[in-house]
Amino acid sequence: MPQANTGVNDFAFKLANVNGTGSASANGLLMQAIFRMGIPVSGKNLFPSNIQGLPTWYEIRVNKDGRTSRALDYDLIVAMNAQTYARDIKEVRTGGYLLFDSTWPLDRALRRPDVTFLGVPFAQLCVEHFRESRERILMKNIAYAGSLIALLDIEWSVVEALLQETFGKKKALLESNHKALKLGYDFAKQNFECPLPFRLQRMDANGDKILIDGNTATALGALYAGCTVAAWYPITPATSVMESFKSLCERYRKDPQTGKNNFAILQAEDELAAIGMVIGAGWAGARAFTSTAGPGVSLMNEFLGLAYYAEIPAVLVDVQRVGPSTGMPTRTQQADLLSCAYASHGDTKHILLFPAHPAECFEFSVKSFDLAEKFQTPVILLSDLDIGMNDWVVPRLTWNDDYRPDRGRVLSPEQLEKLAAFHRYSDEDEHFVTPRTLPGFSPKGAYLTRGSGHNRLGGYTELPEEYQAVVDRLAQKHRAAAPFIPPAVIESRRSTRGKGKGRTPFSLVTLGGCDAAVREALDLLSEMGVPGDYMRIRGFPFGAEVETFLNAHDVNYIVEQNRDHQLKSLIALETNVPKEKLRSMLFYGGFPLSAGQVVEGLLSALGKSEGEAARGLGGMPEALSGAEG
Amino acid sequence: MPSIAKPSAAPSGSQTNDLGLTVRDYEGAMSTLCAGCGHDSITAALIRALWELSIQPHRIAKMSGIGCSSKTPTYFASGAHGFNSVHGRMPAVATGAAAANRGLYYIGISGDGDSLSIGLGQMSHAIRRNVRMLYVIENNGVYGLTKGQFSASADVGSKLKKGEENRMAPIDPAFLGLSIGATFVARSFSGDKQQLVPILKAALKHRGLALVDVISPCVTFNDHEGSTKSYLYTRKHERPVAQADLVPPAEEILAPIGAKGVTTIAMHDGSLVRFSALPEGYDPGDRAKVLPYLQEQQAQGLIPTGLLYLDESVPDMHEMNNTTDTPLIQVPFESLCPGSGALEELMEGFR
Repeated sequence: MPQANTGVNDFAFKLANVNGTGSASANGLLMQAIFRMGIPVSGKNLFPSNIQGLPTWYEIRVNKDGRTSRALDYDLIVAMNAQTYARDIKEVRTGGYLLFDSTWPLDRALRRPDVTFLGVPFAQLCVEHFRESRERILMKNIAYAGSLIALLDIEWSVVEALLQETFGKKKALLESNHKALKLGYDFAKQNFECPLPFRLQRMDANGDKILIDGNTATALGALYAGCTVAAWYPITPATSVMESFKSLCERYRKDPQTGKNNFAILQAEDELAAIGMVIGAGWAGARAFTSTAGPGVSLMNEFLGLAYYAEIPAVLVDVQRVGPSTGMPTRTQQADLLSCAYASHGDTKHILLFPAHPAECFEFSVKSFDLAEKFQTPVILLSDLDIGMNDWVVPRLTWNDDYRPDRGRVLSPEQLEKLAAFHRYSDEDEHFVTPRTLPGFSPKGAYLTRGSGHNRLGGYTELPEEYQAVVDRLAQKHRAAAPFIPPAVIESRRSTRGKGKGRTPFSLVTLGGCDAAVREALDLLSEMGVPGDYMRIRGFPFGAEVETFLNAHDVNYIVEQNRDHQLKSLIALETNVPKEKLRSMLFYGGFPLSAGQVVEGLLSALGKSEGEAARGLGGMPEALSGAEG
Repeated sequence: MPSIAKPSAAPSGSQTNDLGLTVRDYEGAMSTLCAGCGHDSITAALIRALWELSIQPHRIAKMSGIGCSSKTPTYFASGAHGFNSVHGRMPAVATGAAAANRGLYYIGISGDGDSLSIGLGQMSHAIRRNVRMLYVIENNGVYGLTKGQFSASADVGSKLKKGEENRMAPIDPAFLGLSIGATFVARSFSGDKQQLVPILKAALKHRGLALVDVISPCVTFNDHEGSTKSYLYTRKHERPVAQADLVPPAEEILAPIGAKGVTTIAMHDGSLVRFSALPEGYDPGDRAKVLPYLQEQQAQGLIPTGLLYLDESVPDMHEMNNTTDTPLIQVPFESLCPGSGALEELMEGFR
């Protein structure tokens, strides 16, 4: 029998289910229980675009060192979906375990000698112990959670407390959940050797961290930034941004005296209307945002061009999913980068922000509103499904009460009075922003906002020089925003001492949710003797540090989740970095990235250009020799 | 949108309104529309209505989309902010602006191309939302700015210059509005200022979306025999069925109510709309009766005009959303941001 993983707080397991059977609560319960035991954990929900019936998986990675990227190496798979037995069994690592619902027949031919099969008749147990058919289906999931408590050594008291919090007031539900947990737990205790060789043990690695998804954090950012108008159209995976925003507003934005809402959330008839409402509200002086995904951005293009040209603040949260077209709505990608950077016809350029995890979703969400008003332009927050809909362990979100919104250059009636005359697009400051006025405050500040050719005074024009003066300023304004974009995160895995000191020949460059996988990959590579530097770009326009970093490396591998190397293209278009310094490493199948994929990608890239790699790395490290062929 | 400033010489001895402003103060730039365009007459009626109601020009927000009609905001109330947005999408922009600042008078100016083709969806949803605004459709049955193509309100059988005939039934904004719950539906004729001005005044005082369809002949492309949107046809077939007058709150006590044939509906701000000259059995507050009446008139080739339907009981967008009475843009940041203490508490829920 091959050796099993004997790691404490260092393993991964996967739960295979049928969509719509209520497995989410069982999986969430497990994830949260591990988190509360103080153990770093991450969960990825790999779900189909379907209401009920198709296969769905949930992966949980437990890693005492805080690695959170997707694991592709499963020590344990809980197989609750007979339709996917073959596939699930294949994915168990040698020496691993398969916990399956033995009510369903398992083809003998699928058995593997290097995997331990643990059968529990979950469905049968639930049929015997529960009367209602819906309950019998739902409780199967809680029952496997019960078995996992025994097999992985999850603390009962933690689970107990979670159940109390979830069902505290619903006594009947609390009791049936308890019963189901106990069914699974007792069966495992009586029939298997518990715990498994790999298991959990309480530690204190989570400190005061929180478990939160990116969409909730984004909504919190909008709340704290003082956004009052939100307009949206439902779309996966962005819907929960607005659902969260709504529930937060209901909680924190009711006028205590009148009970009336200090917010307006409008469910628009489509995405075109949603962004139109945001622009109308921004024009009138409110902080406003919409949330959508790629198909919505496509529809919003025309309006984004208007807001760019007429210089109206607007915040758009794009929780990216897999395109093109309808694509794979419940899978993740980073493929809206170029369409957002240059959204709309004509010469347009937008400010983009790329959060990597929920804590940045919160921070960048607030920042989006400040940048939109400071630069009087749309700002697009590019999140994605992995960040937005999965739970992440991140530092506790904090708030500085000294924060005040940066409203940018808005003239008050008093300031207007001092002016001889007001012209919307003249008198620019160092950031190429011209002062604006809000409707309703002063007869002197009136002007006509237009998406047609206008001159410095705001009047209609078709004169080349007048038109150019305005669009040139807009280009300068976009560039001037660079120092206000969160700077790239730059780290070195290279030794600063001894022989290896000096120039690092290669780097891994990425953005957004690839962060965890790429950093972990760099650590692994470093251990293999292939050290590289790291840069995570956090927004567009790029800061000066981006170009400097790229130029300082012979080769920069740009890791991104799209087919057409969109980040690499944007870098090539918007910087002077020589093209030969930029290489692509692409992952666009729709699932979150794993460190192993990046390591493999880099080794194979280096292997393919052997001579170059040898020169660049100062001699091919031993670890690479296997990857050369 | 080309515009030319007006000459500075003002006509002497102009009357002033309650704010001490003259009609001239409600004007805008010189129109660059074709001479004789119906839209310019609508502009004149708007100027008159705004002046008569003594609305401060800077408390007006002029919203439009794209097209001949959408140039109108340039030609009135130069002291007001205007927004010439994108084709057919004025309603969304107006909705967002109204959501942010409920304290302004929103005037949306659109056309049959802008509102009945590309913008049909947005117009319908603004109606359903009952956004408090005056929504004027300058309806000429033709695309003027792109030189004479059919619009969605073009008559069946009307012909392009090269002879192509329109076979599709026109979309009638009044019918549409009535069928999807509009709370104020009026139709008028750009050449009938006497009727149009009171309608616009009542519309500006309405608590929700006031849809005013104005037949506005296009002198360049659609003012010919066979067009029901021509000057001649409209003059001949216009049937003022519901002459309305707005009685502002200040005059309420003096209003002679109760005369035979007069119907009065109280508006949200206390002013009254007084209907007179109503056909027998016509009740401008009964949607079920208005629609068949209009259909019957249309079948005879007649164009019933006037304030056709009014309902002040339906809540507007803000009432439906329970929004605070203070315009959202004036709510201080301190009451919007829950602060660090609340965030700390919230974080416990993510532990």
